Amino acid sequence: MTVRPPDLVAKGSPADPREDPSRPGRPPAPAKLRPGWLAAGVVAVVLATLAGLALGPASLPPGSVAAELVDLLPGVHIDSGLTESQANIVLQLRLPRVVLALLVGATLALAGGCYQGVFRNPLADPYLLGVAAGAGFGATAAIAAGGGAAGSVIPSLPVPLAAFTGALAAVALTYLLGAAGGRERSPATLLLAGVAVSAFFAACQTFLLQRYADSLQLVYSWLLGRLATSGWREVQLLLPYAVLAAAVVLLLRRELDVLSLGDDEAAGLGLHPQRSRYLLVVAASLGTAAAVAVSGLIGFVGVIVPHTVRLLAGASYRSILPLSVLFGGAFLTLADLAARTVSAPAEVPIGVLTAFLGAPFFVVVLRTTRRVEL
Amino acid sequence: MTDPLLSASAVRISGLDVVLGGTPVLRGIDLDVAAGEWVTVIGPNGAGKSTMLRAVGGLLAHAGTISLFGKPLSRLRRRERARLVAMVAQSPAVPPGMAVLDYVLLGRTPYIPALGRESAADVAVVHQTLASLDLSGFAGRRLETLSGGERQRVFLARALAQGAPLLLLDEPTSALDIGHQQEVLELVDRLRRDRGLTVLASMHDLSVAGEYADRLVLLDGGRVAAVGPPPEVLTVDLLAHHYRAQVKVIAGEHGPLVVPVRRAGLTPPG
Repeated sequence: MTVRPPDLVAKGSPADPREDPSRPGRPPAPAKLRPGWLAAGVVAVVLATLAGLALGPASLPPGSVAAELVDLLPGVHIDSGLTESQANIVLQLRLPRVVLALLVGATLALAGGCYQGVFRNPLADPYLLGVAAGAGFGATAAIAAGGGAAGSVIPSLPVPLAAFTGALAAVALTYLLGAAGGRERSPATLLLAGVAVSAFFAACQTFLLQRYADSLQLVYSWLLGRLATSGWREVQLLLPYAVLAAAVVLLLRRELDVLSLGDDEAAGLGLHPQRSRYLLVVAASLGTAAAVAVSGLIGFVGVIVPHTVRLLAGASYRSILPLSVLFGGAFLTLADLAARTVSAPAEVPIGVLTAFLGAPFFVVVLRTTRRVEL
Repeated sequence: MTDPLLSASAVRISGLDVVLGGTPVLRGIDLDVAAGEWVTVIGPNGAGKSTMLRAVGGLLAHAGTISLFGKPLSRLRRRERARLVAMVAQSPAVPPGMAVLDYVLLGRTPYIPALGRESAADVAVVHQTLASLDLSGFAGRRLETLSGGERQRVFLARALAQGAPLLLLDEPTSALDIGHQQEVLELVDRLRRDRGLTVLASMHDLSVAGEYADRLVLLDGGRVAAVGPPPEVLTVDLLAHHYRAQVKVIAGEHGPLVVPVRRAGLTPPG
């Protein structure tokens, strides 16, 4: 036997930063969602919510805003000290928008983390399978058909519904094309199908824009992303899909870790990799389609948030996915706060803002990754 | 080398045909592997070695029958199968950022209920497995920081954590230097004896294959060209015919040693 004794092995190998030198005798514990990170995520959501409700053109004391929220709970009565119009600003204007930002951010970050695991590609984003192009075409078609021209601003229902339908149609088409690869198809087949379908819907959209040039303005303001709401309608549209997507993806989070070993290995370990991947992608696509329908295209959230969570809290999807939900919601709420305050009373399109924040942030993340790994 | 007491069949293959992408890759394979035996599949590139291992692992659609420990593969549920057979692929994926402990723990998947999580017993099995492969000091290390030899032992640990009595090793040492090759194969041999494992491997290095296996299976063009103890398969004539190689075969302590010899001039071999 040429195997070295264990103590020599341990001493001869350089220490890993993840090994805790303060408890040398104890073996490392398996990766799981650490309570500390979970608490940090919850705190981030609470702080972002309070900031989103309290700050704006009319700034309100966060303590009173918190009291106003607690007062909403059944059986609790607290005098928040806000005037009736202030309370209206918080509950009627800002609360639906903050809730929508939380939901959209959580859904996009979760879908991004899910796609990154399913396709084993750290740069996969939620719009990968044609969701964005399909939604864009749907929205453009609705606006061109007069839904947009009739309303004073962008109408609340027809465009989101049309975008949702377009997004689902695009994903379904991606599947049909991807399935043409037969039994031996790989995840790459699906990605290529996504590219083809995106190109097709982008061409359809361009054609419509050429024909109906007067709808250009409305289409672009939708494409750039927006979280302006007309109340709770958008939240109602998104909520069931967001919950469904989160439930499926979070329940299957351990399978995503197994899938990261490769399909043969996952099958050898008793899983059904094709079926797991199918379920995960359908769930994430549904959530993304609903999010895009109500908010337009908001980039970078689905890449930046899961990526950062992975660096901070470990590479297991069992921590990446739940934390992406929390930090994604908090991130988009703060981004929306910035979008409506930096050049108030005008609003910066939130998609533009997340790209402004996201791109440099991404560079920082990449640099830290390298430093940690060497 | 075969223990006559362990004569029960671990793998029974009869009339195995595999077609991949319209091309027949395996044709009419018959093979019995006894429990506790180490059988290594050799053969030129494209002979179907990996395909045969993957078929036995239940990863490929096939015609003909494969039985594992008396149970037909086609009737086993996925999780049952995963408790009977564990495979180490030729170059397994290295998930970025994953610690050795977490990687090996994924080997316990067949014992974890759907939507469930690892139990303390699963973690204990993994710690034992790591200890038996002298990997305890590596538990918290990330896979990508390990050397090739260390990584190969971690891949093996994941397969062993699966607790399956049949181990499939596809080219387990092709990326390793001679010292690490020996280390890994000695380890497999020791584990086979300690745990009573059956080993079905594929290898390119004929001398190494003959040194460790009880029997060799020579595949060529998807058919079994020869089966038997290493001295019966590693012969100058068979190797010349199936590999188109001119070799010298030297009697070694455990099995024959195969050395390629330089061809004189341009005269054809044989």
